[in-house]
Amino acid sequence: MSTRTITAKPGRAAKAVPLSEDKPGVAEWQLRLYVAGRTAKSIAALDNLKRVCESHLAGRYTIEVIDLLVNPRLAAGDQILAVPTLVRKFPEPIRKIIGDLSNEERVLVGLDVQPLR
Amino acid sequence: MARPRNSDKANSPPTPGLPKAPTGIPGLDEITGGGLPRGRPTLLCGSAGSGKTMMAAEFLVHGAMEFDEPGVFMMFEENAEELAQNLRSLGVDLEKLQKQKKIAVDHVHIERNEIQETGEYDLEGLFIRLGHAIDSIGAKRVVLDTIEALFSGLPNHAILRAELRRLFRWLKDRGVTAVITGERGEQSLTRFGLEEYVADCVILLDHRIVDQVSTRRLRVIKYRGTEHGTNEYPFLIGAHGISVLPITSMRLDHPASTERVSTGIDGLDDMLGGTGLFRGSSTLVSGAPGTGKSSLGASFVDAACQRGERALLFAYEESSLQVQRNMGSIGLDLGRWERSGLLHIDASRPTLHGLEQHLVHMYELVRELKPSVVVVDPISNLTMNRDDRALKPALMRLIDFLKDKGVTAVFTSLTSDLAADVADSQVGVSSLMDTWILLSNLADNGERTRTLQVLKSRGMPHSHQVREFMMGNHGLDLVDVYLAGDRVLTGTARISQVAQEQAASDLRQRDHDRRLKELASHRRAIDAQIAVLNAQIEERAGDVEFAIERERLLSDGLSARARKMAQSRDVPPPRPRAAAASEPATARKSAK
Repeated sequence: MSTRTITAKPGRAAKAVPLSEDKPGVAEWQLRLYVAGRTAKSIAALDNLKRVCESHLAGRYTIEVIDLLVNPRLAAGDQILAVPTLVRKFPEPIRKIIGDLSNEERVLVGLDVQPLR
Repeated sequence: MARPRNSDKANSPPTPGLPKAPTGIPGLDEITGGGLPRGRPTLLCGSAGSGKTMMAAEFLVHGAMEFDEPGVFMMFEENAEELAQNLRSLGVDLEKLQKQKKIAVDHVHIERNEIQETGEYDLEGLFIRLGHAIDSIGAKRVVLDTIEALFSGLPNHAILRAELRRLFRWLKDRGVTAVITGERGEQSLTRFGLEEYVADCVILLDHRIVDQVSTRRLRVIKYRGTEHGTNEYPFLIGAHGISVLPITSMRLDHPASTERVSTGIDGLDDMLGGTGLFRGSSTLVSGAPGTGKSSLGASFVDAACQRGERALLFAYEESSLQVQRNMGSIGLDLGRWERSGLLHIDASRPTLHGLEQHLVHMYELVRELKPSVVVVDPISNLTMNRDDRALKPALMRLIDFLKDKGVTAVFTSLTSDLAADVADSQVGVSSLMDTWILLSNLADNGERTRTLQVLKSRGMPHSHQVREFMMGNHGLDLVDVYLAGDRVLTGTARISQVAQEQAASDLRQRDHDRRLKELASHRRAIDAQIAVLNAQIEERAGDVEFAIERERLLSDGLSARARKMAQSRDVPPPRPRAAAASEPATARKSAK
């Protein structure tokens, strides 16, 4: 799977959160969260993800949320089966974490991030 | 896949009630009475290499190409390129079908070591992908091959099972006809118990090796709400895809023709009521080695080609050219028929495939060439004595198929030379045959004679005699029955008897001639004698008349003279003495 950049477009319900002041748009950590509608699990997943990123990757990440109900075509691209699925697009290799990301430790292991604390 | 299937479709009985989606796979639709349950999932299980993916793919391709039902192929193991390659080997252009929006392919790939699991999730992504694929082409059919791969990709089986249950429910709600493949498990039908979720139709595929020959078999384990064939049916993956061989079409309703076709041997036609075999009948020609089975078969083929009909000869002993050369020696030029396209000789080694594979190959050729006459030489070679029990159902299928197509068939069968075994070893298949011709060798008095007898021939009067069978430069023929006293003579005995009788008859003829000639000459001799006697009697009669005349003249003269003298001299009447003196002279004259 190529690491093509999907930029946020209106109506795609994708929410890019660039927090890097130095190089806007080219974040060190590019994360993509696939959800199917605004379910409790997807909201929880996004909240959990933001919290983890803020704690450990502050300023070095982007999160792109893709709602498969709106863009079902995109599901095949990243081989999405389960939702929610978090895909680490960059740095390579691609890693996937499925579930609502409620366990911070496993998210960090899954993303291969060294915890700051 | 330009394979004629009309007859197969026509064979499937109409099934009111449960709507079905035809698979387009020859045979499978017959067994299932029309296809898979429409709008419901079907489980296709089997061990590795049993042909699950192929069957599922054919279901989809036939649906897209023949029944105007687009399909989604969602695969969990192979990727799209591999599937395209597999289908290309069957002559299906998957890319083209994809472009025509008849088939959508989605490869679901999950790598266990890429995936971390934390917290709650569901498989909505899979549903969305499938739903999107279905919507994009308006699919009516879906294949999930092999969804069990998820079990190794996703650690939480509890979630997975719940989601699978939901998936199958969802497929039903969408109204798509789905085929789900599953790997055969040790205890259960599938390794992960998919049969638990798919309860409508379960088909088991099996791949067995018996005596180093592999046979694929298929069984419909369950088909809710409809009748179906419950037997194990062999199936094959051939050059045109999968063919399932139903033992018979479950019914026995072949058309019966009253038309007769010549066997190509005048004498044999005479034995069969004078006109030959019924068109569309099956004939078994059995005999020991060297009794002329192949020649009889070739002769039958030759006769068909002469009538301008197409013929198909399956040779399992000789190559095509060998057959042509050998049959040339008895004056049958099969080469010209093959060149003109009327005859196709299909020569292959019996060991090339298992029995079933041969059968399917035959089916395919018969469907393709549409011959009116088929000769299989010999059927006994097909089994290689491995499993005689398999021969009967296989033959039954073949005969059934050929009868259905109205093909007149001749099967030769090699039997051992012992006369006692002949009937025994053929009991298995002979009951399937309409006509059974037995060729045998009579070894007697230092020579061997080929003989032919018609053991049975249904529906026609036939000769009960054993006839001598001759192979000459101009084909085969039967010698007329030669009866001497109470024996039928053959071979040299016949020839010598013919010569003896000929000689005896010559002799008799000459004797008769001689006696007739003798009689004629005798008759001539007697006639001559009669003529002589007649002449004598004539002569005698002449003499007697002359004498009488003379005497009367004499006596008249005397009396006249006496009267004259008496008148002249006036003397008394003459004395009786003078009259008496003249008598001795007359008597002397007549005695001469």
